[in-house]
Amino acid sequence: MHHVKDAHEFHIVDWNGKPISIALPIILWTDNGLVTFMSSEFHHDDSGHHVVEKEGLKFVKFHEKIYQLNAGAESVMFDEEHHPTNAGLPMDFSITRNVFMMWVSVIVILLIFITAARKYKSSTNNVPKGIAGFVEPLVVFVRDEIAKPMIGEHKHKKYMPFLLTVFFFIWINNIFGLIPIVNGANVSGNIAFTLTLAVFTFIVVNISGNKNYWKHIFWMPGVPVPMKIFLMPIEIVGIFVKPISLMIRLFANITAGHIIILALMSLIFIFETIAVAPVSVAFALFIGLIEIVVTAIQAYIFTVLSALYIGMATEDAHH
Amino acid sequence: MTITGIAAIGAGLAAIGAGMGIGRIGGSAMDAMARQPEIQGKIQTSALILAAFVEAVALFGVVAALIV
Repeated sequence: MHHVKDAHEFHIVDWNGKPISIALPIILWTDNGLVTFMSSEFHHDDSGHHVVEKEGLKFVKFHEKIYQLNAGAESVMFDEEHHPTNAGLPMDFSITRNVFMMWVSVIVILLIFITAARKYKSSTNNVPKGIAGFVEPLVVFVRDEIAKPMIGEHKHKKYMPFLLTVFFFIWINNIFGLIPIVNGANVSGNIAFTLTLAVFTFIVVNISGNKNYWKHIFWMPGVPVPMKIFLMPIEIVGIFVKPISLMIRLFANITAGHIIILALMSLIFIFETIAVAPVSVAFALFIGLIEIVVTAIQAYIFTVLSALYIGMATEDAHH
Repeated sequence: MTITGIAAIGAGLAAIGAGMGIGRIGGSAMDAMARQPEIQGKIQTSALILAAFVEAVALFGVVAALIV
């Protein structure tokens, strides 16, 4: 399960009992102000034994959470439920594994699209060449299959940048989550990440909502008055449920895929025999191939549903 | 039986429901495509969207089970 969660260091592989990992910076906001150090100072300790002292404050890492020891305490103590009794949580703005991978994917996206845009500028007859030939069908797909049918022929242009960004960002992050070496960087399987994306959809939908959209929420036309009063709270809840379902769908799909692969691999260690290995590796490979399809489908679903909600909000009155 | 066990059973029930729902969507989409191959693309798009909606309910169940 640790591989699915976020972490403060980039663990790659255990070699001869020694972990090989990339240290990431830890940034904390404490009572004494900003405290920064590298995660390598914890020496891969995640059980709260290794104490790091910075600016007169003592820190320990326990289950990927950084605790700040209270004044006078030398080591961290736990109660029965594994909550530290003599330490508090400082505000943690660290560059964790997920943040790091997100930057990597942003850089990859920028590289792909800036190169593609350059290719169009330099070509004289607008024929896509090189990476542009790979990007153009995808962009056209988002425009013709997602934006136009969902939002409408003349209004879709305004929302294309948002939809394209969401589509490619989710897709690239999903793909990065599947690469075995960086498998820990499960960016789109992190609920905070999907929450942020869903909040963006929520803002775009409700800002672009026209008079007709709000009328359908607060005073549904064409039904009797008691029904209007009955429908209003349902519709208001609906505004919030839509982005929440977007958030949970992406999070749960990606996390479920990672957990299945991990569970299949764990079967080898649960049965403690190498005879299971071929079976579980074959199944993990099979699920992995399905996951490659799922990366694209989930990016597509998120984009389609965002477009659908935008389309509902900008629809003209037709009755 | 512990509360985790009950939660796991609940997640399983949610998966059964979603399986039936998505199965019906897939079957009907196949029927419709066989009858009218010319609008295959449209049917596929709406089938995917509907499957996503059905699946979301199952995922709510799974997430609720995980939280418990």
